[in-house]
Amino acid sequence: MAVKVIIPTPLRPYAGKQESVELKAGTVGEALSALTAKFGDLKKHLFADDGRLRSFVNVYVNDEDIRYLQKDQTPLKEGDTVSIVPSIAGGRRR
Amino acid sequence: MASKTEISTATPAANTRPTPTLSKEEVLRYSRHLIMPEVGMEGQLKLKAAKVLCIGTGGLGAPLGQYLAAAGVGRIGLVDFDKVDLTNLQRQILFSTSDVGRPKIEAAADRLRGLNPDIQIDTFETMLTSANALDILKDYDIVVDGTDNFPTRYLVNDACVLLGKPNVYGSIFRFEGQATIFGYPGGPCYRCLYPEPPPPGLVPSCAEGGVLGVLPGIVGAIQAAETLKLIIGNGEPLIGRLLLFDALAMKFRELKLRKNPECPVCGEHPTVTKLIDYAEFCGVRGEESPAAESTVPEITPRELKARLDRGDDLYILDVREPHEYQICNLGGHLIPLGDLPKRVSELDSSREIVAHCRTGKRSAEATDFLRKAGFRKVLNLKGGILAWSDEVDPTVPKY
Repeated sequence: MAVKVIIPTPLRPYAGKQESVELKAGTVGEALSALTAKFGDLKKHLFADDGRLRSFVNVYVNDEDIRYLQKDQTPLKEGDTVSIVPSIAGGRRR
Repeated sequence: MASKTEISTATPAANTRPTPTLSKEEVLRYSRHLIMPEVGMEGQLKLKAAKVLCIGTGGLGAPLGQYLAAAGVGRIGLVDFDKVDLTNLQRQILFSTSDVGRPKIEAAADRLRGLNPDIQIDTFETMLTSANALDILKDYDIVVDGTDNFPTRYLVNDACVLLGKPNVYGSIFRFEGQATIFGYPGGPCYRCLYPEPPPPGLVPSCAEGGVLGVLPGIVGAIQAAETLKLIIGNGEPLIGRLLLFDALAMKFRELKLRKNPECPVCGEHPTVTKLIDYAEFCGVRGEESPAAESTVPEITPRELKARLDRGDDLYILDVREPHEYQICNLGGHLIPLGDLPKRVSELDSSREIVAHCRTGKRSAEATDFLRKAGFRKVLNLKGGILAWSDEVDPTVPKY
């Protein structure tokens, strides 16, 4: 299925500065794998060492959080939008 | 002066608490609210009786405080421990240039009282901590989170859930913003969405920081709108809805937020029943400094200047971003930190390299990386180009 993956601002530098990427995938897991295969630097920002999605990163299919769907097994339809939404806190430099 | 005529819709009541009323001046001041059925006298009286705590009087707090004061919220609390800095004025429009150096809370209170002298402004010139949060929050109906760091976000969230108060949340990054209402009884809280914060250093902030000045102006105004709607009890509030805003694309999107039944704070079996050490939770115990910064070999700006004056053959490596190079530079060879692994072959390991960035943090990582890659003679410029400006050449602008 051709889907659009939306890259959040903090992660765009690791995705060739793109704000969204078109990919083919049947599930969310496949879409994220295809994404990190294409942009290796994204992997450590999205996934912990054990391969699980980092807990400060949420993934949505259209407007639904995948944690309440089938997580990375969530199936994708043609034209779906996968959004990566990390927590942001603005302002303070660290 | 004519005496104020009290106008009230309250029926002579059996309740003992005095019902707020509007003076003749207030009716005139809020006339544009009163003539709208969505607000009306009933809504305006609710605003007058409302007590809202604004945490942070910076980028988000600026429009927020002003619109709440303008709307006639009867009691507004302001929490901020910081002083006005020149760099704030690019977006914190509550302040004037003459306020630089003043405590933000004083400047904010003055400005808001000038806008609306009829309301009560409480000021808390303190950092919000686990020790004082419950006490500060308890007298208010609604809390608005306009803070800029993860530990405080989690502190405010947990305190609001424990006290049963809605938390009108807004956050920004560069040109993107988020807004929602957490902690509304029955609705999700911040931890339902983000159970854990990102570890410090993983989401780099030096190179990726900065913010479009107007962005917090937009998001803070959205927070004000949501707060007013909660008070008036009209419209569709952002409970269970995460509003995402992209100022560059000028697009709004919305995602559904669900209450997590296993949430440690607001779930069915909460494990967090009192406030914790949030700095520790977010991994920022003590002063935040990545491990690399304290263990790589360093050179101070004065030492560097002395060696350059002596004619030493040093290779200056600048690991900042191109747009920073345009602000100021030491004539170094620019390889942004993120590109260093790919471009390391441009460097000659037989030469002595001094790596620098803005503050010394990114260049510490670069130095660490190069040493691990086999470069024997690499030094980190301690304090970066900011320290160079302070200690060697004040004509170099700081940013």
